[in-house]
Amino acid sequence: MKKNKWLTAYAAVIFAFLMIPLLIITVTAFGGGSAITFPIDSFSVKWFANVFSLKSFRRSFLTSLEVAFLATIIALLVGVPAAYALARSHMKGRQLLKSIFLSPTIVPGIVIGFILYQFLILTFRIPVLPSLLAGHFMVTLPYVIRVVGSAMEQFDFSIEEAAWSLGCPKGKAFFQVVLPNVTSGISSAFMLAFINSFNNIPVSMFLTGPGVSTFPATLMNYIEYNYDPTVSAVSVLLMAATVIIMVIVDKTLGIASLAK
Amino acid sequence: MAFMTLNQIDVSYDKKKQILKGLNLDVEKGELVSLLGPSGCGKTTTLRVVAGFIEPKGGTFTLDGEDMTRCPVHKRNFGLVFQSYALFPHLSVYDNVAFGLRTRKVEKGVMDQKVKEILEVCGLTELAGRFPKEMSGGQRQRVALARALVIEPKLLLLDEPLSNLDAKLRVSMRVEIKRLQKKLGITTLFVTHDQEECFSISDKVAIMNQGVIEQYDSPENIYKRPATEFVARFIGFENFLELKPAGNHCYQASDGSTFRVSMSWGNEHFSGTIRPDDIRLAEDGQKENVITGTVGVRTFLGKSYQYEVSTAAGTLKVNMDTEYAFQEGDSIRLYLPEDKLILVRK
Repeated sequence: MKKNKWLTAYAAVIFAFLMIPLLIITVTAFGGGSAITFPIDSFSVKWFANVFSLKSFRRSFLTSLEVAFLATIIALLVGVPAAYALARSHMKGRQLLKSIFLSPTIVPGIVIGFILYQFLILTFRIPVLPSLLAGHFMVTLPYVIRVVGSAMEQFDFSIEEAAWSLGCPKGKAFFQVVLPNVTSGISSAFMLAFINSFNNIPVSMFLTGPGVSTFPATLMNYIEYNYDPTVSAVSVLLMAATVIIMVIVDKTLGIASLAK
Repeated sequence: MAFMTLNQIDVSYDKKKQILKGLNLDVEKGELVSLLGPSGCGKTTTLRVVAGFIEPKGGTFTLDGEDMTRCPVHKRNFGLVFQSYALFPHLSVYDNVAFGLRTRKVEKGVMDQKVKEILEVCGLTELAGRFPKEMSGGQRQRVALARALVIEPKLLLLDEPLSNLDAKLRVSMRVEIKRLQKKLGITTLFVTHDQEECFSISDKVAIMNQGVIEQYDSPENIYKRPATEFVARFIGFENFLELKPAGNHCYQASDGSTFRVSMSWGNEHFSGTIRPDDIRLAEDGQKENVITGTVGVRTFLGKSYQYEVSTAAGTLKVNMDTEYAFQEGDSIRLYLPEDKLILVRK
C-alpha cells in the first residue's frame, strides 16, 4: 500500500498533540525549583520523595483504591445479572429500562454529586465512606451494564438452551456456560468502571468530608495551595501505573478485548 | 397409545397471533418423524414445545405414558441439535460431549468410556482435544450430535441441523444421521424446510401450514397422494383443475371433458391435481381423461420444455420432451392418466 504523505503528517500532528503535554509534565516532575517550570533549570527527584511523604496523599490514595474497588465489585454484582436479564428478556419497556440504567453517563456528574450530597449527607446523614461508595456505584454501573450487556447479546442464546437440555438447571447454566464466555466483557467492564471511579472528581467533591477524601479531590485541593512539581510527580506515577496495568492486561487478556 | 403424543397443543405469542392451533401428533417408538413446512408454519415452535422451551397455552404432551407438558427442560432428558450447533465455545470437543454426563454426576470411569464410545461412533476420536472454533461446519455438526446422543436421550430433536452445511456435506450428513438414528433406535423429531432432505430420511412426515398439520403420512404416500391443495403445491403438483363430480368415479370440466379418477371422494371442496411431468399428449381416438387446450408460453427446462396450456379446467403446466416443439397458439389434446390425476381438499 502506498503511504499518503499528508495523512502521515496529519497523524503525526494529532499524536504530538496528545503526547507533548504528557512529555512536558514528565519533564517538569524532575525540576529542582519550587515552582512548575518548563524547561527545568536543575534536576531533582525530591518531588517524588515528597509525594510519598505527604500523609494526605497516601491516605486518600488508599481511600480511592478502596472506593473504586468496592464500588466496581458492587456494580459488577448488580450489573452482570441486570445485563443478563436485559439481554434475555422480551418484556415490555426493556428499552426504557436500558436507558434508565445508562442515564448516569448522560446526567452531568455535578448533578449526581449534588443530589447525593443533598440526600445522603444532608437529609439522611449517612457517613462519608458509604456515601462515596453509593455515588461511585452509580457512576460505574452504566459501564458494567453497557459492556457486559453487549457481550451477552452477542452470545448465542441456543448455547444456553443446549446446556439446559443436557440436564443443567438455568441458574447453574448461567455460571457454567454464560459466565465463562463473557469473561472478557466482564474484565473490560471492571477496568472501565475502576478507572472511572478512580478518576471521578465531581461526585467525590460533593461527598468527601472531614478526614475522608479521594485522591483526585486531595490533588485538586493541593494544587490550590501549592503549585509545585509534586503534582507533576504524582501524574508521572499515575501514568506509570496505568502503563503497567495495561501491559498486564495485554499479556493476559489482549488489549483488543477492552475495545470490544 | 403412541410413544410420543402431542394433543391439542395451542401456542400464541400474544393475543392476536396464534402460532399453533390445536396441534396433534403421534410418534411411535424408534421412528424418525420430520416436521416440514414453509417458514412461519410453526414447525420450530412445535419442536420447542417438545423440548420444553415453550410452555403451551393449552394441550398436553405425553411421552411413554408420562405427562411432560410442565416438566422443566433440564429434567426431560432429550437430546437437542440446533441449527447453529450451539457448542460450548470454552470447552474442548471431549468436554462438550462430556457436559451432559457431568451434570448427571455420572461416575468418572463410566463417563470417560461413554464419551470415547460416542466419539468413535461419530468419527471424532482424533478431534477430541480441539475447540469448536478450530473445526469445520461438518465436524461441529457431528460434535453437536455426539453431545446430544451421549446422554442416551428419550427423544432426539433436530432443528434444521443441516441448513448451515454446503450441499454435498448435507447429503452425507443426513445419511449419517439416519444411520445413527436406526443403529441406536432413538425416536427422533426432525425440523426442516428442505423437502428432499426430509423425504430421504424420514419414516413419517408431518407437513405443516399455519400452525396445523395438513398431512401426516409416510414420504411415499405424501408424494403420491397429497391430501390437501397446500401439500400438493408444496411437493410439486403445479396443476389444479376445476372439476365437478359426474358420478361413478368420474369428474367433469366445464367444457364437458370427463376424467376418471382412481380414488373416491366425499362431499368436501376439492380440486383435481397432477404433476407437470405426468401429463402426456393424447393419442388419436383417445377420449377418456383427455382435454383440449391452447399452447401459451414455452420455457426450456433442459431435459424438457414446459408449456402453459390454457384449458377449460384452468391453465395447466405441461412438461414435454424436446422432440415435440409446439408454437404459441397451437391447439393440443392432453391426456391426464387415471392413476396420476388425484383429488385434493381445497
